[in-house]
Amino acid sequence: MEKPFAITLDVGSSLANKTGSWRTTRPVYVDRLPPCNNQCPAGENVQAWLYHAEEGRYEEAWRKIMEENPFPAVMGRVCYHTCETACNRGTLDEAVGINGVERFLGDQAIKYDWKVAPGAPTGKHVLVVGAGPAGLACAYHLVRFGHAVTVVEAAPKAGGMLRYGIPKYRMPREKLNAEIQRIVDMGVVIRLNTRIEDLAAELAAGAFDATFVAAGAPRGRLVDIPVAGPLPVLDAVRILRQLELDEPVALRGRVVIYGGGNTAFDVARSAVRLGAIEALVVYRRTREKMPAHRSEIKEALEEGVTLRCLSTITAVGSSSITVEKMELDARGFPQPTGELETLQANSLVLALGQDTEIAFLGRLPGLEAPKGLVAVDRTMATGSPGTFAGGDMVPADRNATVAIGHGKKAARAIDAHLRGETLGRQSKHEIATADKMNTWYYADAPRAIRPILEAVRRTSGFAEVVGDYDEGTALYEARRCMSCGNCFECDNCYGVCPDNAVIKLGPGKRFQFNYDYCKGCGVCIAECPCGAITKVAETI
Amino acid sequence: METQIVKFYQTGSFAVGNRLLDESQRSVQATMQRRNSLNSGHRACQGCGEALGARYALDAAMQATNNQLIATNATGCLEVFSTPYPETSWQIPWIHSLFGNAAAVATGVAAAMRVKGRHEVRVIAQGGDGGTTDIGFGCLSGMFERNDDVLYICYDNEGYMNTGVQRSSATPPAARTATTPPLGPEPGNVFGQGKFVPAIAMAHNIPYVATASVAYLRDLEAKVHKAMGIRGARYLHVFVPCPLGWGAASDDTIRLARLVVETGLFPLFEAEHGEIIGRYHIRRRVQVEEYLRLQRRYAHLFGHKPAVDTIARIQAMADRNIRKYGLLGEEA
Repeated sequence: MEKPFAITLDVGSSLANKTGSWRTTRPVYVDRLPPCNNQCPAGENVQAWLYHAEEGRYEEAWRKIMEENPFPAVMGRVCYHTCETACNRGTLDEAVGINGVERFLGDQAIKYDWKVAPGAPTGKHVLVVGAGPAGLACAYHLVRFGHAVTVVEAAPKAGGMLRYGIPKYRMPREKLNAEIQRIVDMGVVIRLNTRIEDLAAELAAGAFDATFVAAGAPRGRLVDIPVAGPLPVLDAVRILRQLELDEPVALRGRVVIYGGGNTAFDVARSAVRLGAIEALVVYRRTREKMPAHRSEIKEALEEGVTLRCLSTITAVGSSSITVEKMELDARGFPQPTGELETLQANSLVLALGQDTEIAFLGRLPGLEAPKGLVAVDRTMATGSPGTFAGGDMVPADRNATVAIGHGKKAARAIDAHLRGETLGRQSKHEIATADKMNTWYYADAPRAIRPILEAVRRTSGFAEVVGDYDEGTALYEARRCMSCGNCFECDNCYGVCPDNAVIKLGPGKRFQFNYDYCKGCGVCIAECPCGAITKVAETI
Repeated sequence: METQIVKFYQTGSFAVGNRLLDESQRSVQATMQRRNSLNSGHRACQGCGEALGARYALDAAMQATNNQLIATNATGCLEVFSTPYPETSWQIPWIHSLFGNAAAVATGVAAAMRVKGRHEVRVIAQGGDGGTTDIGFGCLSGMFERNDDVLYICYDNEGYMNTGVQRSSATPPAARTATTPPLGPEPGNVFGQGKFVPAIAMAHNIPYVATASVAYLRDLEAKVHKAMGIRGARYLHVFVPCPLGWGAASDDTIRLARLVVETGLFPLFEAEHGEIIGRYHIRRRVQVEEYLRLQRRYAHLFGHKPAVDTIARIQAMADRNIRKYGLLGEEA
């Protein structure tokens, strides 16, 4: 074709100019580990399930939880949600109400009867000792792997401390029953009222390919106090158990509870509900040092429970106790002062911790249990091949979430063991700390407050204290999640690239860099709200 | 069921896209079908704010006009980096003539379309601050006073960057350029000079004048859409950081374009027929120092003895804008 005057070349596109050659560093998409996930003792992928929840896809969100934890409705009530303490949103306004959303999802699942399918049968059979949170979680995951599971439980009902240690006002039984039933429906056999006296003998019978032991720490710890009168001295663990079994308990008049853990407050709050005139918690150290959860203490005080910190009980009389005032020494340890005081009391409850009962493990070869705690390695394996342990009977924090995490970890290790392998170490992604994010892009939104039953109505019965989120609130809270470290397809990188070097792959497929044209300016990295892009040096 | 405004806190109320929104409500830049009017392979520097601003504005204009758009371009970075002979980055009809006549060429294109009866074809003229506030200013003012049917977009990076960072009448006080060195009793560009063209455009009483920043995409797109819905002379002044000329890190482009607004140094507003009808309220107010420190053109203010007085004068400019344009919302 004839070209105009002085024109010798055809019109070309600038696409011929591969500006990617200018680059000295390249952006790379990454998935960083959100602090909530990192924190969760049960290993829940919190960010991932909130991602589904915020789109209103509650069943998918719930299924994401169920990959790690079979007890969302229970967790949404009794978990101490350390994830919320770790939440990056806390640096912006307030942490996301993760626990409340989890509870909402758990309750939705019960309402709509969502189920999880067991895995294809492998022909292997695993024995689980103890139907508490650790044992049931382990059984659940094993069934998902396709192994047959038999759980033996000494108590008349399954649930362990979730049932016999946590009062109804914190853990409504219909929710607990529903989540346990769901596990049973998957094919787990639970033999109740069955106590194993000698595990070695049971295993020698040869019916099982592996064992998970999670018999808990059912025995209340005792302490030597000189007794000078007939004042009843009770064991907190036993009282909570009696409450569950509807047996009469001697919590009348002035009840003194000795100890500062969650169990002490569970008893104190139960005493208030049973009509005690006074429920006094006596604790050796300061209130700040109390191992009980903050919210537990706060709710107890609202209900009329009283505290007496820096005090020890030195003697028990006929209708009184003697307490000695303590003082913190220079190192912050409580020391006796010799100042004594007599307090009226109708009963004394000891809530000083719990011990394991491991006599039934005595004859297992190789198993070690110093100080009554079963020694396990990182895969929850004991010294006895094929026997794993978890929950309150191994050295770790003692709460339901940790126990559920043990159950999951053990199930994975047992599955590997049954296939003749050892569970490999999973490498963790780098943690998505707040400094890696650009929080400009999130609107300010303070967290929703969960409804709390009025104190007056609480103290007259065992109704659940902390209320539910309704759907609107749950959705709102889910949408407050900042998706730390994981792309949530906000299109920012796609939008802010001056070189159109980000390719949008479509909904759910995220993005891809076009390194032919990416000049490595780093704007996408700086403007990624959630810190899901990192900078890597080019080898030039 | 009652309807209510839903905020999307995770999906980013302020981000480019939002997967929870209906497709039709998303920004043009978030769509997979966006035009990419300025294509890859252009020779703009790393992190160029102008390249970004031009794509934002023209993609929005193309969508608003159903792709019936012609753009004229003044000489400047945008023209040079997009069209080195014989290549072009433009995926729209585009013409460059001279440094100073982009507005006049656009007037001519609009007249030609009118004569041909092509009323649906719309015209945009675009240039940098040099081609707009200095060299092309006569043609621009003429286009305004004749109320020609053109949207003029100025991409303001506060200097002649393409030719080696010389001062323009849009260069801010105290900034170092090749022609305003940081020397003498008043280092950098002097105070009390230069002009703010959006105010001059408003003085022409044209139908629409607006300012925008590349850090506020939704706002920018809305203004382009609005402008393309109006006939007559319109003016859009877009703030576009220049990493090279300002001595800023290439990944700070959006951050600077955000800070200049949040300090109050660059007000975002829109005006119809000479009257301001809307402004952006500052969301997180910051002191000017936070903005200035990121740029080496102001490095002389932060030496061993910080130029406290000069920084205070710049802060006073920001505060004055905040008062003058009412940039603090009721909450702030």
